[in-house]
Formats: sequence, C-alpha cells, structure tokens
Amino acid sequence: MGQAVAVEARNAVKEFGAGPSAVRALNDVSVSILEGEFFTLLGPSGCGKTTLLRLIAGFEMPSSGTILLNGQDISYLPPNKRPVNTVFQSYALFPHLTVAENIGFGLQMQGRPKSEVTATVKRMLELVKLEPLANRKSSQLSGGQQQRVALARALAPSPKVLLLDEPLSALDLKLRKEMQIELKRLQLETGITFIFVTHDQEEALTMSDRIGVMSAGKLQQVGSPRDIYNKPVNRFVASFIGETNFLPASRKGSSLVLAGGHSVDAPAGGTDGQHVTITVRPEQVRLVDSAESGAIPAKVTSLVYFGTDTHCYMALADGTEIIARLQSPATGEAGLAQGQNVALRFAPGSVQVLGD
Amino acid sequence: MSPAEETQIAQSARNGWLLATPSLIILALAAVGPLLIVLVYSFLAPGEYGNVEWMFSIDGWRGILWTKDIFDEGKFILADAHLTIFWRSVKLSLMTTAFTFAVGFPTAWFIATRSPRSRTMWLFLITIPFWTNLLIRTFAINEVIRNEGLLNTILLKIGVITQPINMIYTDGAVFVGMTYVYLPLMVLPLFAAIDRFDMRLLEAAYDLYAGRWQVLRRVILPIVRPGIVAGSILVFVPALGAYVTPRILGGGKNMMIGNFIELQFGQGRDWPLGASLSILLLIVVTAALLLYVRITGRESAHG
Amino acid sequence: MADRAFSTARLPGFSAIAIFVFVALYLPLLMLVFYSFNSGKAIGVWEGFSLDWYGTAWANDAVKAATLRSFGIALTASIISTIVAVMAALGTTRRRAFRGQTFIYMMINQPLMVPEIVTAVALLIFFAWIKVNTGYQGIGYIVVAHSAFCIPFAYLPIRARLEGMDRTLETAAADLYATPWQVFYRVTFPLLLPGIIAGMMLAFVTSLDDVVITLFVKSAGQETLPTYMLGQIRRSVSTEIYAISTVLLALTVAMLTAFFLLTRKKD
Repeated sequence: MGQAVAVEARNAVKEFGAGPSAVRALNDVSVSILEGEFFTLLGPSGCGKTTLLRLIAGFEMPSSGTILLNGQDISYLPPNKRPVNTVFQSYALFPHLTVAENIGFGLQMQGRPKSEVTATVKRMLELVKLEPLANRKSSQLSGGQQQRVALARALAPSPKVLLLDEPLSALDLKLRKEMQIELKRLQLETGITFIFVTHDQEEALTMSDRIGVMSAGKLQQVGSPRDIYNKPVNRFVASFIGETNFLPASRKGSSLVLAGGHSVDAPAGGTDGQHVTITVRPEQVRLVDSAESGAIPAKVTSLVYFGTDTHCYMALADGTEIIARLQSPATGEAGLAQGQNVALRFAPGSVQVLGD
Repeated sequence: MSPAEETQIAQSARNGWLLATPSLIILALAAVGPLLIVLVYSFLAPGEYGNVEWMFSIDGWRGILWTKDIFDEGKFILADAHLTIFWRSVKLSLMTTAFTFAVGFPTAWFIATRSPRSRTMWLFLITIPFWTNLLIRTFAINEVIRNEGLLNTILLKIGVITQPINMIYTDGAVFVGMTYVYLPLMVLPLFAAIDRFDMRLLEAAYDLYAGRWQVLRRVILPIVRPGIVAGSILVFVPALGAYVTPRILGGGKNMMIGNFIELQFGQGRDWPLGASLSILLLIVVTAALLLYVRITGRESAHG
Repeated sequence: MADRAFSTARLPGFSAIAIFVFVALYLPLLMLVFYSFNSGKAIGVWEGFSLDWYGTAWANDAVKAATLRSFGIALTASIISTIVAVMAALGTTRRRAFRGQTFIYMMINQPLMVPEIVTAVALLIFFAWIKVNTGYQGIGYIVVAHSAFCIPFAYLPIRARLEGMDRTLETAAADLYATPWQVFYRVTFPLLLPGIIAGMMLAFVTSLDDVVITLFVKSAGQETLPTYMLGQIRRSVSTEIYAISTVLLALTVAMLTAFFLLTRKKD
C-alpha cells in the first residue's frame, strides 16, 4: 500500500516484578502499524495487549526493545511528551471538571491559546454530538455519554495516534453496536491512526483494517480480518476467532488424508507423510449425497437449532467429531435426525493446514 | 529490567522518603525521640528536688516492685501499694474492655442492620461522643454520680434515699467512667467488621437448622473476630494508660498507673521510677498491639 | 406488626441494649447542655432559663485567654500537621513498595499506639532539658507536641482519599500533556481537597481536646481550655464549665457534620 509506518514496536519485552518471580507480560513483540490505519490488538485477558498499548502511550517503559513513533525512538519518553492520546477503559474523566473542561484539558496543558481551545472544544462537542451537555459535570453523564466525552477529550489535541483500551466493554450491547459504527466514522473523518484493544473477536472483525492476534505475551498473527478468519496460522488463532473444526491428517502428494482414510483437497506444501492438523469452519462443511466422489460418511450425534441456522454435530467413522453450520430451511427439508447416517464434504479452498 | 526502569524505581523510593521527611522530623522531635530519653532516665538516680542525677542506677526499675525499708536503708521490701495500683489498672481495664464489648456488640449490630439511610444517622450518633472532648465526657459522668450530682439529687427528691449514696472516688466510679468514655472505641471497629459481614450467611445458617444462639456463636462471632480484637485493643490500651478519668472520678486514692506515673514527676520526685513505669506501660501496650497484629495477620492469611 | 416475618438479622435483646447505650451516651451530655442554661447553680434543680453562665465564662479573663490560646495552638498545629501529612501521604501511597515504607508507617502511627501519659512524660523530660539549655519558655513546645500527635489524624483520611482515587485520572492527565507538577495541582490536589480538609479538621479537634500532653508540656501561665477546665473540676465545680463544655460540644458536632459531608461518597 505504500503507507508510512506510524507506530512500530521492535522486539518489545515487558517484565513485571524482578528476579525469578518476574512475569513476562510482553515477549519479544515486533509490529508495524501504518498511518491512518484502524489496527486492533485482539486477545484474551492477560495476553499482553494492554501492556503493548501502555508501552505505546508511555505509561510503562519496555524492559527491552524499542517503541518508535514516525521512526523516532520514544521508548523512554514520558506520556506528556508523546503526541499520542488514550481513551481509557474506565474513561478516566476528571470528576471535578465539566465536559467542556475535560475536552479542553489536553489543549490547555499544551499551552494553546484560549481562543483555539474554545474553538476546538466546540468542534469536538459537535463531532461527538454532545453540545447541550458542555457544562455538565462528568459524573452526571450516562455511560454512553461519558464514552463520547472520553473520545472527544483524546481527539481534541489531534494526536498522531489514538489508543483505545477496550473502550466499549462497559457499554450494553445496543450502545456498543452504535459506538462501533461511530468510532469507525470518527476514524475515517479524522484520518488518525487508531490502535484499538479488545477481547471481543466480533468487534475486531467488524471494525479493523488489520488485526494483531495476541496470546501469552506474543503476537500470533497479523493480518486483515478476512485473512485472520479464513487463513489462521495456528490453532490459537483458529479457535479464538469464531468456531472451527480441528482434524488430524497426514500429507500424501498434493492432498491430505484424514484419519479415516478419506482424502481432502488442501493447499500445497509440506513433505509427504507429514502429520498435520487441519481446520475447517463449520459453515464450510456441506452435507452431500453419499454417492458423490470424495464424500465422507458421518453420523449425526445431535442437532442444535439457532434460528438462522442449525448446528449439526457429527462423528466420523474413526470417532472424530465435526460440526456443520447449516442454513435453517435446509434442515426441515433434509429432515435430519439424530443417529442418521449422512455424508459431508468441505467447500473448495476451505481447508487450512495449521502450523504448530 | 531495563536501566531506565531501575532508575525510575529508585527515584520513586527517594521521592517517597523525601516527602515523608518533614513528618518524620516532627515525630522524631516530639514523639519517638523523647521516648528514648525516657529509657535513659529510667537507669539514672533520682535528684533530690526532682529531675535526675547523671549516674547509672537500677533503683528506678527496682522501685516498681520494691521500696526501701524505712528502718533499714539497705533492705528492700515488696511495695504492696504499687501492686494494688497495678492490679487496679489491669482489673479496671479488663472489666472496661469486657463490658464495652458486652454492650458495644449489640449496639454495633443494631447500627449495621439499619437501613442504609438511617444507618448513617446512628453511626453519626456514635461518632459524636467519640470525638467529644474526653474531659467533657468524664465531667458529664462526674456530674451525674457525685454526691450532689444528678442521680443523688433525683433519688433524694423522690425519697428513695435519705442520704446521698457515695459513688464518686471509688473503683466503681472509674469503671463506669471508663466504660462511658471508651465505649465508642469498641463500637466503631465492631461496626466496621459487621458491616462487611455477608448477611446472606445468616440465611444459609438458619437454612441448615442453626438456632439464633448457634448462629451468633458459630457464624457471626468467628467471622467478625478481627473487629472484636481491634475493638478490645482500642479500649484496653488507652484504659490501661488512663489518666484523666481516674484522676477526676477516682480521686487521689484510687490511682491507676497513669496517675502513679504523674505522681513520680510531681510530689513523688522520683523521675527514674516514673520513667521506668512509663517504659513498663509502653512494653505492656506494645505486647498487646503485637498480639493484635499476630491474630489479625493470621486471620487475613487464612481468608 | 404481629405477624412479622422471620428476620434473619434480628438478634433478641440487641435492639434494647443498643437503645439503652444511646440513651446512656447522650443523657449525661444533654444534661450538661440543659443545665448550662439554668439560672441556679445546683444540678437537678431547674430554676429557670438564663445565659448567666455563658456571661460569667465570657467575662472571665482566664477563660478568654485559655480559649484564645487553645484555638491558636489547634489552628497552628493542625495546619503544620496537615501540610506534612499531605506530603507523607503522597510519599507513601500509590507507588511501588520501597525499603523503609513500613518504618515510615510505624513512625506516623506511633502517636496512636503509645499511651498519652508516656508521651507526656517523655516530652516533659525532653522539653525540660531544652528549656534549661536554651532558656526558651514559649508556647512553641505545646505547638510542636500537638503537631506531632496530630499527624496520624491528618494523615489517615488523606491517605484513604488518595488510595480511593482512581489512578487512571492522573495517567489520563499525563497522557493529555500535563507535566508532573500540572498533574498534581490540576488533578490530584483538587480531588484530594476534601480529604485534606477532613484531615485538618480531625487534627484540629484532636489538638483542641488534648489534656494530658498539654498538662505536662505547658509552662506556667500557658493554660489551654482543657487544662483550665481540669483545674476547675478539681477545685469546685462551677456551672461556668457547663457553658464552656456546651460550646465545645457544639463545635465538635459542627465540625463532625462538615467532616461527614466532606467524606461522604457521592459518586
């Protein structure tokens, strides 16, 4: 794409505590985040995503490695000297200040002239649609309104990068959906690089340009939402994002042979006879006529109705369990029942071979 | 850990010390430091008109239990009067602690089980006496029980008695006074403990066939124990070192150790004895506090 | 109310004891207040409303001097102790545990643990020594002594407020380009203010109430209100003490009300 790199972490390590009891929250993470990008750090709690964010914000210093902003080393720069702002998970609005004072705080600290502060605050209030609440105390706001103030406050000084630490986690589902759209709109309008931390995979998939999946202090995979979902590189990424099937297989020529002896199409590579794990998303599992070539026989063990679709739990001849997500109307017509013998195939190109 | 992190940690510790320094200086000058001087004085010889002679002597410490025989300078006899004072101090302090608990626990329970709104009011009502001048509170009790006090006046008027009952200047008066002034010290920590108590445990206990007494003994008291220990310490420690209450209500004869110490710096003119008595009191109090730390420390380690 | 449901939190007799306790706590104090407005001298005999005793107390030069001295000492000592306590609280909370932190806690809380009479004796000895060596006889001794034992009373509410404060607020301020000093006076200090005022009020009340330490430290002619009152109780009880007690009681109630309002959790 040829975009410039906004933030870069090089071999960033962060340890908490000292000596043998030290905990390595971040283990040799290197990543480049591009200018104007909506980048999401996704992972379960304790995976190190917030630590990486805090290193970028300057609230923590790396134990080793460097953090660069526009190519400059900012690893040890205090947070008030970095053109980077944070939207905190708890919002951290100053309870003794009004909404407008909260939004103007950063500009005041930068020593901007009063007229500029007033004008920017006004513009920010418009941007987040909170003009009528300018003189309220922040403690008198609802959760969604506080969220908007926190956003406006962090955007007001026009930072190079905006960091968002699970900002939507305190909101209820409906508000969260609204704010997801709102956030995306703000990012497009301002053109600022957003680094967004979340443990919610759906949030990550819907909002991001690119996602970095983290686990156990390490970056597991970086890619577009589609890549992450369709081409997971390892078992963690595959299972953390969406539901999936794991099947043991071994390579034979250009295809893969399942434990039961059936072969499936797979991307090329690897050596003959190598044992691997393959993954197939449940929606890529199709029920087919047992006469069709390449059809794998299976037995329905249970059916769970979900409205738009039905989850069909099956067992292969060798006992391997497999789930298919079938569109609901088909279920009625097919007249599937528990214990029934069926045949299945994987959609072309849907099989992924996982690394270790 | 990177050098930058280490620098930051070292700087944080240095700032911590720097910020605490002004407090430490004042405390060293007018609280902790002088205690060390008391320790030194307890090993000196008394001066003729008070103060001390700068020579080593253990007479101060020996004086706690023994006095010189008036007939034979070299002979020491057990000082019964001192023992009486110590025993009175310990007895009255323990009685005060026990009685403040006996009435303080129901009071704390009562406050903790009010609705949130009225609880604040009841708590406030217990806090006012807590912060009211101890002298005023002792004075108030004095006015109730002295011979021409409220109680005697009323009893005389309605004809129950013909002679005023002599209550003041007795051990009983000191006990009543100390119970009155130290009661809030018992109620407040008990309340704090009960307030944290999960009332749903009561439902569980009753559900499992416990009666009211069993619930109190087997569930409530063990769980609020840290509060009981804290309250007991908070009452026992100042009661043992009480000065004002025994002085006003006990008169000159029913001295407690606090008044006895003062005596040594006044008419007694035996500063080393006063100093060693002070150190002794300090040791007893510290032992009680250490016991408290051990008990609560063990409890929090279990929880 | 006859068929009241089984209440698990009710324990038999507890409410009765509690009510008795409250009555017993307040009756003597209310009696003081009541008879301070009595025109007669005898307790238990109401001879009509009057403010004579307040007048007598006010006209008494010894009372006036002691009152002024008490308030002067309490104000000075509470200001000194609050300033150093704020610093100490900032130094000992919300930072990585450092060597000697426990020592600092113990030093600060020491006045709460040592019996007053012991501290009083210690100060008597120490200050007597200084008096002999410097010749200084002023009020400074009382002020320093009061400042010392007021420190924990000022420190505890300030520290509680600091610990209850959301650390991310300061992080947020730093994130928004505030320098450490700006973080302190734009965010930390305003949020800490109720705790500081509360601490100062507790220190003030504590200083105003002190009898024992003042008694041992004061030089001749340095009576404070409590030591003056103690002397009066010893001699003969005069109803003028009722009036002084009532005023002090009212002051305590006013201060505590303010304290409660300040430390009440609003959010």
